[in-house]
Amino acid sequence: MTNKQTGANEEAACETVWAAEKVSWIDRLPRAVTMFLVLLVFLSVWQIAFMLKVISHIILPSPFATIEEIVTVGLNLLTGDYMLKALWTTAQEVLIGFMIAVVLGFFLGLLVGETDFGERMVMPYLVAINAMPKVAFAPLFVSWLGFGIASKVALAAFVALFPVIVGTAAGIHAADQNARMLFRTIGASRWQTLTMLKLPTGMPHFFTGLKNAAVLAVVGAVVGEFLGGGKGFGELIRIAASMINTPRVFALIIYLSLLGLGTFGVVLWLQRKLIFWHKETITTEELFE
Amino acid sequence: MTMENTLSSLPVGLEGRPVFELRGVSKTYKRRNVHALEKIDLRLTEGSFWAVIGSSGCGKSTLLKIMTGLLSPSEGSVMLSGKPVTGPRRDIGMMFQQPTLFPWRTAVENVVLPIEIRDGKKAALEKHKDAKALLDLVGLKGFEQVYPNELSGGMAQRVAICRMLITEPAVLLLDEPFSALDELSRDFMDMELQRICKERNATTFLVTHSIPEAVILSDMVSVMSPRPGRIAATVTIDLPRPRTLEMMTEPRFAAYVKQIRELLDKGAFL
Ligand SMILES: Nc1ncnc2c1ncn2[C@@H]1O[C@H](COP(=O)(O)OP(=O)(O)O)[C@@H](O)[C@H]1O
Ligand SMILES: [Mg+2]
Repeated sequence: MTNKQTGANEEAACETVWAAEKVSWIDRLPRAVTMFLVLLVFLSVWQIAFMLKVISHIILPSPFATIEEIVTVGLNLLTGDYMLKALWTTAQEVLIGFMIAVVLGFFLGLLVGETDFGERMVMPYLVAINAMPKVAFAPLFVSWLGFGIASKVALAAFVALFPVIVGTAAGIHAADQNARMLFRTIGASRWQTLTMLKLPTGMPHFFTGLKNAAVLAVVGAVVGEFLGGGKGFGELIRIAASMINTPRVFALIIYLSLLGLGTFGVVLWLQRKLIFWHKETITTEELFE
Repeated sequence: MTMENTLSSLPVGLEGRPVFELRGVSKTYKRRNVHALEKIDLRLTEGSFWAVIGSSGCGKSTLLKIMTGLLSPSEGSVMLSGKPVTGPRRDIGMMFQQPTLFPWRTAVENVVLPIEIRDGKKAALEKHKDAKALLDLVGLKGFEQVYPNELSGGMAQRVAICRMLITEPAVLLLDEPFSALDELSRDFMDMELQRICKERNATTFLVTHSIPEAVILSDMVSVMSPRPGRIAATVTIDLPRPRTLEMMTEPRFAAYVKQIRELLDKGAFL
């Protein structure tokens, strides 16, 4: 009798395990479909809020007006009109700024991660600067470098620099004790240990830094344009906002985010290519770091 | 069936040319003021196999690091082939509990790593053939171009053995090399290790947690007592060579295991 009962209990336990593993219908849909559904729900809520006049129409335009603007801006970009030129200007600022951040950040990361001098003398300053709100430096960069592209490049580089430093330095420290010991017993030089052990081991960290930098470079460039004028996309947004053309602002922001996404995507592609041994998916943690 | 128990202060291995000589080696880790080793004397002769056994934290890894030249002793001297050890040496091969393979290198590229570091890329390429022969020797034929994340723990450890052997070291220092493996793989690897040592007339120093492993492989087994690490006793294992896994069922083997177990239990409560 007792035997049977425990048997039944076990079965019940099994069942609960199975129940927990049941796949809900949402999980069974293709990802593209669920993503589209989420968008649809979002747009509907937006439309309802618009119709109920929850918020003034100046602040929250209708989704249709916004989509219309997205098409208008898209056409303008496709025909190579002034907006494309503005986007190209911003893209240049982002890319040049990003590249400066990568090169400079890599060397500062090496200095801090590999040398005692860097760790003791340079690191405290970097930590202090990193704690500052970096975009607040924008007016300074404008007054130093003028209203042209240079001040925006500088701000983009400045903002994107720190994740690269952190990624590089963390990467250099990533090699474990055994691996270092092995290199020492083999008789590897410091240079060999760096290039054949520490840098390859640290690649995933380095790329985490690069991905953050790619997104931050866009922030830097656009804030630079907001405060320092110029001919970029940020300027277009500022003008549209000053004319209270809210749908246009939304549309411009969406195209601007494609720029960040593009840079991010290239870095991600490069990472998958270079770090073939490190199977990883982008975690939310990493995205919001 | 003689069973000698040398408790002298200077245990001496089999007859032969001394390879490693440690005299009065002590080590205190200054930073945390840990007295890890106290007056260790050892003399390893050419071609002998010596195992050290002891509870964890009794200073076995410290001893091995001093022998490789990774750490300097606080007191005493370490001589290898008549010359003092002051830093990493070419003629020493070392292996740890973890295989420590590099995931961006294929098995064969991992094996030739020491050559690449010492003599450059070109020399390493020329050694690919030898590396493949070594991999073949440890039963990894066909896995030469495979990356480590596709290898099992035992296979990875075998690649690590090949990497140690590619430089043809005269002395092998092994720090619990197979303790991460399951018992079946470990027995197999022990027999492989014996064959390799014999083939190359290598002098081997093995740190292990396993009494049977120590007995089946060694000419001498030292028992270490903790805090500070000291060689409490050394047992000469007088079993015929080559050793086989069947010997593990013999009463002589069981007697050695029992003896060492008793020494260990005594050492732990000293
Ligand atoms: N780098 C170090 N600094 C300070 N203490 C250490 C260091 N490495 C090991 N120890 C200490 O020395 C003792 C012996 O360590 P170890 O040689 O690793 O022992 P085992 O290999 O026998 O387990 C331990 O108490 C350990 O905590
Ligand atoms: Mg140890």
